Amino acid sequence: MGISKILVANRGEIAVRIIRAAREMGIATAQVVSKADHEMLAARLADEKIEVGPAQASKSYLKIDAIIDAARAVGADAIHPGYGFLSENADFVDAVEAAGLTFIGPRADTIRAMGDKAAARASAAAAGIRTVPGSEGRVDAADAADLAAKLGLPLMIKAAAGGGGRGIRVANTVEELKRMMPLASAEALAAFGDGGLYVERFIERARHIEVQILGDGKDAVHVFERECSLQRRRQKVWEEAPAACLSQSVRAELCASAARLAKHVNYRGAGTLEFLYDELTGEYFFIEMNTRIQVEHPVTEMVTGIDLVKEMIRIAAGEPLSVQQDVIVLSGHAIECRINAEDPHADFRPTPGKVEELRLPEMSHVRFDTGLYPGYIVPPYYDSLLGKLIVWGETRAKALEKLRQALAVLEVGGIATTAPLHRRLALDPDVGALRVHTGWLERWLEDRPLEPAKLAS
Amino acid sequence: MTLTTVPAPIPGVFYRSESPDKPPFKSEGDAVSKGDVVGLIEVMKTFTQIEAEESGHFVRYLVDDEDAVMPGQPLYELET
Repeated sequence: MGISKILVANRGEIAVRIIRAAREMGIATAQVVSKADHEMLAARLADEKIEVGPAQASKSYLKIDAIIDAARAVGADAIHPGYGFLSENADFVDAVEAAGLTFIGPRADTIRAMGDKAAARASAAAAGIRTVPGSEGRVDAADAADLAAKLGLPLMIKAAAGGGGRGIRVANTVEELKRMMPLASAEALAAFGDGGLYVERFIERARHIEVQILGDGKDAVHVFERECSLQRRRQKVWEEAPAACLSQSVRAELCASAARLAKHVNYRGAGTLEFLYDELTGEYFFIEMNTRIQVEHPVTEMVTGIDLVKEMIRIAAGEPLSVQQDVIVLSGHAIECRINAEDPHADFRPTPGKVEELRLPEMSHVRFDTGLYPGYIVPPYYDSLLGKLIVWGETRAKALEKLRQALAVLEVGGIATTAPLHRRLALDPDVGALRVHTGWLERWLEDRPLEPAKLAS
Repeated sequence: MTLTTVPAPIPGVFYRSESPDKPPFKSEGDAVSKGDVVGLIEVMKTFTQIEAEESGHFVRYLVDDEDAVMPGQPLYELET
């Protein structure tokens, strides 16, 4: 292995995930922290920690120079960016490599070509994969208003550099479009350091399907797909693998096309191609590629047995893919619930604060990826994701049953979380039958507001 | 004339302007109407507009731009 110490340039549960993978591979870790994050779990678990700036991400986790200086100071030879922050920043990759360090992820040119969502649409279209009608590239508010006449409304405003639903708004009128674009741009700038936006037609009753791929720079494979249709404000809240709505033939075609594209661009590392799928027509449209590990990667790991984070590290160290396409097989069904520091009984108000108690479901085929521990104070400065509950079953029905059991045990005391929402969803007949689309959850929440009196957190 | 101290409704990072290159939402002596935006608070990557709950004249901000605030912490003074 050509990597002996990894600087973990992220925080929260993904930092913990990377540290654990590195440790199992015999690789040392150094955790970067902002001034507000010295007590986070990853900082306690890593072999060492190093402060890179003040609480605000724009002055710490997003500061390229500070991260490179930190890597040099601790003697790391590689940097894992996690997801969000600098994970899809090509300039960061250039800086890492210029410093003689290994970036655990794609090459800078791949990120430029595929990581910029507007450019990725053009690349995919050139490769013959259908895309959702939208702007040719980045647009400002005035251009977007002109485009609305051509593309029709509603329009979805998306961050060009984005991912994870950040900076996304849906505008139903031209006035809304003009009003929302500056706010979306501000959110994009805060989250990604890039306020660029693009727009595309908003397809309301679509299912969100995405294909996980792995590439070593020469060869590429797909690791099957996930369905992430349960979303609120364009943020995924619940993810499954495989996508039960797909027929075997559509699955095979979709996954093969994703692997082809990955191979075509000599992709290096873990990546995801996101699609919207119309169940009625069987059509799928490419929407974007995420050139990084994703929040929902564990459901893929649960149904394939492949450790995606370890695979990323091996590839970055120059090793070829450890798996060939024909040995990657689907087994059973996995579901992930995102447990966020948000109060589902109060319009998902963010709930930073102290975790007084933590009761975790310790059962077979259940995994809880988290940065929480009892006594930890969740800071207000970052993402609200506290942890991910992931379950596996031989069938989807068995996975759902396992999920209900695990959710019955899970308890985060002291702050409100989205766990009560997931308890409700796990019992819902539409979720049980997977009669959902990307607009389903918001409508369901409008129709059936969560009643605080009936549900304890 | 009454001097009112307006508290932060939520915790997070306070911003005096829409973006770093824009002027502050309000300056000393500005007329404030109910519903006017006087700041933004970013909490867990979500931006919330802080709107005036009553009309009057803006006196001054009580926290610096990009300062972390806690609920109840005085944000600005309003003369009503």
